[in-house]
Amino acid sequence: MSVRRVAVVGAGHAGFTVCATLRTLGWDGELTLIDSDDSLPYQRPPLSKKVLAGVETLEDAYFRPRAFYDDHGIGLVLGHRVVGIDRAERAVQLDDRPPVSYDHLVLATGARPRPLRLEALSGLGPESVCYLHTADQGIGLRERIAAGTRVVIIGGGFIGLEVASMAACAGKDVVVFEVAERLMGRAVSVPIAEYFHDLHTAAGVQVRLSSTVCSVQRVVDRLELHDGHSSVAADVVVAGVGVAPNDELAAQAGLATNDGVVVDAQLRTTDPHISAIGDCARFPHAAGKQSGIRLESVQNASDHGRHVAALLAGEPVPPYDVVPWFWTEQHGRKLQMAGLTAGYDRTEIVHTEPDKFSVYCYAGTRLLGCESVNSPKDHARARKQLAAARGSGGGSPPVTV
Amino acid sequence: MPKVTYVQPDGARETFDIATGKSLMLGAQSHGVAGILGECGGQAMCATCHVYVDAKDLDLLPSMSDDEDAMLEDTASERKPTSRLSCQLEASDELDGIVVHLPEEQAL
Repeated sequence: MSVRRVAVVGAGHAGFTVCATLRTLGWDGELTLIDSDDSLPYQRPPLSKKVLAGVETLEDAYFRPRAFYDDHGIGLVLGHRVVGIDRAERAVQLDDRPPVSYDHLVLATGARPRPLRLEALSGLGPESVCYLHTADQGIGLRERIAAGTRVVIIGGGFIGLEVASMAACAGKDVVVFEVAERLMGRAVSVPIAEYFHDLHTAAGVQVRLSSTVCSVQRVVDRLELHDGHSSVAADVVVAGVGVAPNDELAAQAGLATNDGVVVDAQLRTTDPHISAIGDCARFPHAAGKQSGIRLESVQNASDHGRHVAALLAGEPVPPYDVVPWFWTEQHGRKLQMAGLTAGYDRTEIVHTEPDKFSVYCYAGTRLLGCESVNSPKDHARARKQLAAARGSGGGSPPVTV
Repeated sequence: MPKVTYVQPDGARETFDIATGKSLMLGAQSHGVAGILGECGGQAMCATCHVYVDAKDLDLLPSMSDDEDAMLEDTASERKPTSRLSCQLEASDELDGIVVHLPEEQAL
């Protein structure tokens, strides 16, 4: 039976890409895109980059203007939360709105920042600690950083370090607390972590490694953080301590979940009428052994979206097998990562200039991935090389949106 | 405001006023022009806003950064001498009237 009604939950890169690609492929069924955020669907990466720096507005981060959705017959249901999935009736249930029926449902629900769990968040309202996930939070954080002088960041991952970079650039006093012994955890190799550590330090950011914040308190007009050794005063506290997948809706509907919605190589959940894509999906991958992997990136979300759209449009689609890639920008340096380097046992560093180099990470003789600083040529080549090694073309079928 | 014309592979043309300083990629997105993905948000990281600049306008363009040059190696459609990333081209009085042609494919 052909699919005539597609409902998509979540209007980030994954959900948006499914909708736009379906129309590009000429699929003409009924299409509904649902999100609890009432803003027109927008891109998240600029929230910690150009929008946070005030160089771009939220409107610049919109995927498309409103007219695009009307012109392409994409029904937007914004500002409404999905409260349940009736798999027998094939309908998603919304708060204060009639249910949306589907032949196929795509869960692109994303992930949310993990809340800071401190023994002592004494007497503080939830507004005291900032998170960066939605457009409202991004704009709120920009205003708070502009108004303050001391910015403290809990968590030395990508988000925390991008915020640190922007705040330092704006002349703020910045402190970063990181629990682990190095920045960016298992996402990057040691040489890259050390290079960026030095960059942050040189820009005046105080990086405290192996350091756990145990309390945050309000003292008169400021916040005070303690890490067991000393205290740090802050006007703004930002937490970037990882994310949790939004898989509760799937679990509640009886779909298999395991830190993410479990899907097969065609990104289908344990219900063949439901797919899960992007940050919320745990999919099969050689690096993930039995349990698969879950990735949080624009590339993963967009490629997942294109894959499912092609399937739904009735195109022949080989199992999903794409080389993951990521990027971050800190202190004007572009870091591009191709492949997954966790578990490497050897690195080769190739320098072209002091601030232009690539770290190739190997397990034995096998290249796991390549991390390039200001070296996009190396990155492009490594992606091709990794794709060739997997015997894939490196991506979903070419599609123009 | 500078005018920019986007030409689809099938020859369909659309012309818009794009604010000075705004990239041709963002300009295309904000007017809903098909054929420009811009997945990285204009960082010259993804090569999904590839365009072919009309030959008549080539001399007007600012020179290409190494980053842009490198990412153009990674486009889904063939790179030509007229290839640019539209996120790296800003609308300006100098580029008023520029015509860019969209490739068949943007995503690898």
